[in-house]
Amino acid sequence: MSRYILKRLLQGIPLLFFISLILFLLMMNVGDPVATLGGRRVTRKADYERLRRQLGLDQPVYIQYAFWLVGNDWTKTDLDGDGIAETSGTRRGVLRGDFGVSLLNRKPVLEVIGERLPNTLILMLASEIVIILGALLVGVYSALRQYSAMDNLITTLLFIGYSMPIFFIALMSMYLFAVLFKRWGLPYLPTVGMFDPQAGKTTMQVLWHMVLPVTSISIISFAAYSRYIRSTMLEVMGQDYIRTAKAKGLQRREIVFVHALKNAALPIVTVVGLDLPLLLGGAVVTERIFAWPGMGRLFLDHVDRVDLPVIMGILMLVAMAVVVFQILTDIVYAWLDPRIRYEK
Amino acid sequence: METTRQASHVATLLPDELDTPPFSLGQLVWRRFRRHKMAMFGAVVMILLFVYSFGGSLVFPESYANFADTSLRLSLPSAQHPFGTDTIGRDVMARTIYGGQISLFIGMLAVLIECIIGITVGALAGYYGGFVDSILMRITEAMLNIPEIFLLIVMAKFFGGEIPEIDLFGRTFSGSVVVIVLIIGLTSWMYLARIVRAQFLSVKENDFILAARATGTSTREIIFRHILPNSIAPIIVSATLGIANAILAEAYISFLGLGVQPPTATWGNMLDGANNYLESAPWLWFFPGLLILMTVLSINFLGDGLRDALDPHSRAV
Repeated sequence: MSRYILKRLLQGIPLLFFISLILFLLMMNVGDPVATLGGRRVTRKADYERLRRQLGLDQPVYIQYAFWLVGNDWTKTDLDGDGIAETSGTRRGVLRGDFGVSLLNRKPVLEVIGERLPNTLILMLASEIVIILGALLVGVYSALRQYSAMDNLITTLLFIGYSMPIFFIALMSMYLFAVLFKRWGLPYLPTVGMFDPQAGKTTMQVLWHMVLPVTSISIISFAAYSRYIRSTMLEVMGQDYIRTAKAKGLQRREIVFVHALKNAALPIVTVVGLDLPLLLGGAVVTERIFAWPGMGRLFLDHVDRVDLPVIMGILMLVAMAVVVFQILTDIVYAWLDPRIRYEK
Repeated sequence: METTRQASHVATLLPDELDTPPFSLGQLVWRRFRRHKMAMFGAVVMILLFVYSFGGSLVFPESYANFADTSLRLSLPSAQHPFGTDTIGRDVMARTIYGGQISLFIGMLAVLIECIIGITVGALAGYYGGFVDSILMRITEAMLNIPEIFLLIVMAKFFGGEIPEIDLFGRTFSGSVVVIVLIIGLTSWMYLARIVRAQFLSVKENDFILAARATGTSTREIIFRHILPNSIAPIIVSATLGIANAILAEAYISFLGLGVQPPTATWGNMLDGANNYLESAPWLWFFPGLLILMTVLSINFLGDGLRDALDPHSRAV
């Protein structure tokens, strides 16, 4: 087992190198960071050149990539433009945990991301819990009543949920629960932000503001999970050990929830494990609609201003999370399901 | 007596004595598809959506869709403007008609690019294996490890910038349409490549491929005439569902303001800024949103029906 984990980790490293290379090449043309720096326009050509030099943008791509990867504190760079490298670098490189500083506010990238990460995590983990619980409930129900009218209705509704663009469900739920409820004099839900500035950032405020985003995210992701549970549940219910449990006279409830569900829910570990890192990136569109100050919005804001270190930082963290979670998922799955053995 | 009757019974089952010839593959698929109620529903809705977007242009000229009557800004749906008017007084219904053309067009063209890249990568990796396979699959895996929406945003920026307008069929389109088609194609081929690769890996082990090779058939012919047609079912299903994903991707990226630029309308960019009119003008976002939902839903139904109908293991007739 430990050999298998080691092997997977070793495979992950070149993959991440490769991803970083692709992304870095893409970064070369997403815009000119100097042109939008700090919201001011740099008009003089000399200033422009100087800024590019200071940001290291005058270097060829492969040198920029090398500096990003391993830092430049081992070499000297030319800052005054006289052709002689005289200033020693200060960057330590991604490999030593330095993702650089944001071009906008000179704060370290990890700090900028760190400020937003918890906001995304609470939104996404809450959604994931709602999704899993709801999917277990609906999946089991429709599996036990396969092809009943209710099962067919659920299947149709799930299809609609699955096809629903997130912005449409978000806008509709905002319209219903905020605009119309307000108009009808009912208690209404807040639509944007994380808390009411007047009330302050209290737990209740955050929870109250989470209701609509969590509902929207859950509705669209819920369908795939439920379908999955339904099919694994149907498969498990046909197994011999379920027949044995029935034959020895166990109660139906016990058979369903203890014997069947435990085994049917197991494969969902894979789905959750592969979905979780994507949640880290946040639902970019959802956060935009609900003005939720998370990673997705951070990404959009910094893409607009061509803040390359922050964009690269977010993308690499998400990619790393995907790779790590894939390995973790395999390990956890093998641990939960003793039939699976990873040799080699 | 008993035996002769049985014998004659068997005899009537011989193929050359059947009243009707056995079904061809196409007939079989059609019969199974027709029985799939949801898929038929999807097909009908899809046809209606095409009639709406393309037939609608016979009723409203394009100049009407782009005509801004500033005295009628944000007016409620009425007999004259069934879907209301937008922020600068354009008719929303006419814009959903022309927007639908572009959205459907982007969906289909992006899938064409997706198929070209995906099938090429998958076929090369699956057929040649070894070094080619590991390089191509590493690229595929690397692309899959970055969530699609991030890739779309970065690529939209990468290929964005100043793009000249295009004149086609006497109409002017924003050049960003081409960019969007390209980036959606470039960010969506990975799953298809994996499917095609898996198909190639299994089909190429068959004896008829060995026979083709033994008779000196060229590699190109083996790939395109022998293996590809035998792998076509999952490709068709995946491409059909791909149209829904492409239309959604266009909507997401346009919603973020990075997609097709006005005045060319798409269902996606009609939603850009709809947030600000959540309360005051819900018709701005409701109709384009509903059309996107109907399109995606009917394509998903269609894809599901095709998957069942094309399944070679299915015995249903």
